[in-house]
Amino acid sequence: MTGFRIFRWSIFASALVPAAALVYWTFTGDLGANPIEFITHTTGTTALSLLVITLTITPLRRVTARNELIRLRRMLGLLAFFYACLHMLTWVVLDWFFDVASMTADVVKRPFITMGMMTFVLLVPLAATSTAGMIRRLGRRWQQLHRLIYVAAVTAVIHFWWVEKADFRQPRLWALALCVLFGFRVWWSLQTRAARTRDAFTFLKDGMLRRG
Amino acid sequence: MLIRRAPDIRYSEVTPKALYMRRREFMQAAAVAAAGAAAALSPAGSRHVHAQNGRTKLPNVRKSQFSTTEKLNSYEDITSYNNYYEFGTDKDDPERNAHRLVTRPWTIRVEGLVKTPATYDIDTLIKPYAFEERIYRLRCVEAWSMVIPWIGFPLADVIKRLEPLPSARFIQFTTLADAKQMLGIRVPVLDWPYVEGLRMDEAMHPLAILAVGLYGEVLPNQNGAPIRLVVPWKYGFKSIKSIVRIRFTDTMPRTSWPVANAREYGFYSNVNPTVDHPRWSQATERRLGEFFRRKTVMFNGYGDQVAHLYSGMDLRRYY
Repeated sequence: MTGFRIFRWSIFASALVPAAALVYWTFTGDLGANPIEFITHTTGTTALSLLVITLTITPLRRVTARNELIRLRRMLGLLAFFYACLHMLTWVVLDWFFDVASMTADVVKRPFITMGMMTFVLLVPLAATSTAGMIRRLGRRWQQLHRLIYVAAVTAVIHFWWVEKADFRQPRLWALALCVLFGFRVWWSLQTRAARTRDAFTFLKDGMLRRG
Repeated sequence: MLIRRAPDIRYSEVTPKALYMRRREFMQAAAVAAAGAAAALSPAGSRHVHAQNGRTKLPNVRKSQFSTTEKLNSYEDITSYNNYYEFGTDKDDPERNAHRLVTRPWTIRVEGLVKTPATYDIDTLIKPYAFEERIYRLRCVEAWSMVIPWIGFPLADVIKRLEPLPSARFIQFTTLADAKQMLGIRVPVLDWPYVEGLRMDEAMHPLAILAVGLYGEVLPNQNGAPIRLVVPWKYGFKSIKSIVRIRFTDTMPRTSWPVANAREYGFYSNVNPTVDHPRWSQATERRLGEFFRRKTVMFNGYGDQVAHLYSGMDLRRYY
């Protein structure tokens, strides 16, 4: 168990490396010719990576049958949200310096910004209901609410896709990753449904046999 | 109370440039210097003078009345932040990869509606022209801008000597597309080779230049060596790099960005704050090195000189 704790902490620490690097490079002056663009890009891609990594936990847990992996899920999800917040703050403070009129116009007129904003808005309730107390209080509805992460992952990839001018290799890769992760879930739920039907059928058959 | 103030000098300006140069670039610079020295000793002579830092200085550069007096961007900014997709799509890819480009010998094919189609050696082609420093604003379609001290000569002077036929209405330029030297060519990001073009009256405008240097030195590969176009009133992608072909035509050239995405890019691509790119506003820009955005100016501030070229044209339609 302690081995797993060390594993968990090392994942936490490595997820903070991009943020730490940005701070470090700010002081050494190594953010390049366009620091604001670099910070925007770094926080954005890190947020997306962590969001997708969060979605790998459940499939990994099923494949490996290691249930303790579930304890990584909330941490990774919150780290993704942390980077989404940094990404958003970069846009508001560094890129536009609170120019509300221009930012509002962009959210309304620019589809890629609309998508980015939508992703952020979808992540807020998930982060807000991530505490143990909220999980208990919401019960079944917690699970339904947290399915929003699938929508957020899709809007995040669309956001990335629409930012690009010509080179779509990276967004394509993320879209593929989502397809694989969603495909696994669809396949899994079809399997369990088939198993349930089989069980029900067996149950009925048994009942009839008994009666007969 | 002691109030500490940050010195009014940037980090990039105090560190000696040589320290920035990575080993590979240093080796490359040394090779260039050696070649420069060899050329200087050759009987034919050379216009290139070997500079102290390993880069090659261009001598006898005249000042120009067309230069802006705005604060220049640093050499580091100009040479480390480039859109040159033949060397990769990240801004720092060209600086990393462009050392593979061999810029001598270099020939330029001149063809189409021209008196004598021919292939010119670059040194022969540029020999008649006196070098001028042109300090221009460069506004990228991605809403950032820089101020760059180019070294070059008017495109009009070259065109006059090449003698296009009266039927020539457009000039088309092509960039080298050699996958061996340009790693980015292997990725079909654009339909290679890169093609750009101008209407003849635009090309003949005194602001349009062919550049062979910047900051008083031979143009670095990532900035479009050995010879590139600079059209300061248009978005940066019109200023095509590493030219190997010039073609005079009577039809509008099919240039790379409109071919890739006709809805987002037009042939003219004049800097215009009132016509937005469909995915982002062109009303403002970030001058690299500044925190606050600036308002983008029509024709990138060159309206007094170039607006007449477009009189009567609906620039919303011909973007």
